Amino acid sequence: MKLTIFLLIGLALTSIIGTVIQQNPQREYLATLSETKIRLYSSLGFFDMYHSWWFILLLYLLTLNLICCSIKRLPRVWKIVSEPVHVMDERFEKTLSNVKELKLRGSKTELRDRLASFLKAEFSDPVITERDGEYHLFSQKNPWCRLGVYVVHLSIIIIFIGALIGSFFGYKAYVNIPEGGSIAQVQGSGGKVIDLGFEVSCEKFSVSFYDTGAPKEFKSILSVSENGQPVQGYQNIPIIVNDPLTYKGITFYQSSYGPSDEGVLYHLTVRDRKGGAPLKLDARQGERLALPGGAYLSVMEATQDVRPFMKGFTGPGAQVEFTPAGGRPQPFIILSEQYESFNAQHGGDLVVTFDGMDQKFFTGLQVAKDPGVLVVWLGCFLMVVGICMAFFMSHKRVWARVSDAGVTLGGSASKNPAGFEMSFEELVQKINKV
Amino acid sequence: MSSSMLFNVTMIAYMVSTCIFFAFLASRSKVVGLAGTYAALFGFVVQTVAIGLRWKESYDQGHGHAPLSNLFESVVFFTWTIILIFLVIDFMYKYHAIGFFVVPFALFGMAWAQLGLDSGIQPLVPALQSNWLVYHVITCFLGYAAFAVACGISIMYLIRDKMEQGGGSAQAGGMLSLFPSIRVLDDLNYKAIMVGFPLLTLGIVTGAAWANYAWGTYWSWDPKETWSLIVWFVYAAFLHARITRGWVGRRAAILSIVGFVATIFCYLGVNLLLSGLHSYGG
Repeated sequence: MKLTIFLLIGLALTSIIGTVIQQNPQREYLATLSETKIRLYSSLGFFDMYHSWWFILLLYLLTLNLICCSIKRLPRVWKIVSEPVHVMDERFEKTLSNVKELKLRGSKTELRDRLASFLKAEFSDPVITERDGEYHLFSQKNPWCRLGVYVVHLSIIIIFIGALIGSFFGYKAYVNIPEGGSIAQVQGSGGKVIDLGFEVSCEKFSVSFYDTGAPKEFKSILSVSENGQPVQGYQNIPIIVNDPLTYKGITFYQSSYGPSDEGVLYHLTVRDRKGGAPLKLDARQGERLALPGGAYLSVMEATQDVRPFMKGFTGPGAQVEFTPAGGRPQPFIILSEQYESFNAQHGGDLVVTFDGMDQKFFTGLQVAKDPGVLVVWLGCFLMVVGICMAFFMSHKRVWARVSDAGVTLGGSASKNPAGFEMSFEELVQKINKV
Repeated sequence: MSSSMLFNVTMIAYMVSTCIFFAFLASRSKVVGLAGTYAALFGFVVQTVAIGLRWKESYDQGHGHAPLSNLFESVVFFTWTIILIFLVIDFMYKYHAIGFFVVPFALFGMAWAQLGLDSGIQPLVPALQSNWLVYHVITCFLGYAAFAVACGISIMYLIRDKMEQGGGSAQAGGMLSLFPSIRVLDDLNYKAIMVGFPLLTLGIVTGAAWANYAWGTYWSWDPKETWSLIVWFVYAAFLHARITRGWVGRRAAILSIVGFVATIFCYLGVNLLLSGLHSYGG
């Protein structure tokens, strides 16, 4: 149909727009465009063109078009499949491109039986009809492959239905969980908060690298609990990219990660200038740590590597607030033990050294619920099957008429006429030999 | 012996094959045509060994994976599939002249890969660590290769069509005698697309399945996805135009060439010119 070709080419051409103009653009991208362009693009829906009314309309038109074409053509094709022509009369014979008169000896019933067993062995089991003293044999192969193209059309509709189910009853969301933390809600697209109905906690996140510096694996260990109770079989499940976790139809995909401020543990050593064993201490973010002698210390900020912030220094460093007994808080910086004299500048009777920290991560998870996805796969499966039926299989039919005048063989195929001509010739030669 | 050396041998074999096919068109000697096919077959065998060797080399480096993970490997695999499909058609139909219009695609690909692309074996980034990689890449590239062959055949069609209409000089007429007839060319074009279209469909479906498994979205209108759909639309239009509107011959040949240009853009243009999720070079 002309309209189908027009719609297919139209969809192909308009789809290009969205690959050239950034979709759901970032501010940096918009800054590169002139104001008139921005106004024009957004009024035409180019910034989210695959969801714009006119693109959706084109998709609907294509669907409608293929439904209409199928309805128009299907009955005729269905008739060929369900009510095959069993009898090759003279008029029908003229419509066939492969017809052959055979010189065979024997009575009509004898020939009928010989042909029947021959067709059964070489082609397919024939249907025998008797009419006006003549015997008609009909056998066929793959009649249903004529429906292949309609299977493809149906599969497209099924895929669209699956996509609609997904957009109505599913969602895509995102969530960050710090190591040791748990969440019960996720952030849907458009900022909507969605209750999961259960809690997911991240026990641990780790990232490993190849020697080249390229990432090797991002791994989160997740646990699911419901109403405060751990769910059996869903504890300490490792998920990596390409291996997600699904619980109650909601799937969690490893997507990103980052350093988390929550739950960082800072390691400090406190030494008395007058002597005595050094004291190892652990502190959390902002925690007021009591030191020997009545002083207090809090870690405000810290890093594993001070190089970017302090020229000429390396190793971990922390910004701390030191409050001497009965004194006012003093902010200063402490470094690792290799900078002993640097650390000794502050702290009254005490010298505080920063030994580093346990960096915690948060894991970024893509969260998806899509009840339509199985329908989409069904559609995809049907599409592949339908395309193979339509392209690689041929409905082949062979008729034989046994009359007083002799035997006439006719044949036709829905595809590859040249190929069928050869196999028809072969069939004729074999009959002559029998 | 390293895979890199064998890839050089492959490239030279395809170059020799192209030259022999050119000599075939000039000399019209059947033996020469057959020699061109054998040169391509030799290159194909060497390339197969080289790909296997590269696979093994990646295991020797401690992070074994199928050699389908970056632009170099995908270009090499693409040329391999082009020659595979050419050899099948050559074996079935024995029209050696097609070689002159198809083998150069493979020669160009190998030359670009060997001279212009980084041939280092890199370990797989997390996104590619999946069995879907193999299914997806193989189906896509077999589809692309069928379209490449269809494009070469369509170019032959247009040349023959033009020469026949222009009357053609005696020499050109002689060369034409090596071309399949215009009807056969048209039929071969259709047959190649008939093979490529289901493979492309499978490639898109496996890609969608993989995306759903890795990211939770089977379709996100990423430039790569969109362009693969554009290619699919073009060939779907080709098939509909042919079957329901009787578009054969010149118009079908032109549509087939347009389809292959879109295919190449989908394969290379998207990665080199546009940005998106599919930034692995292939």
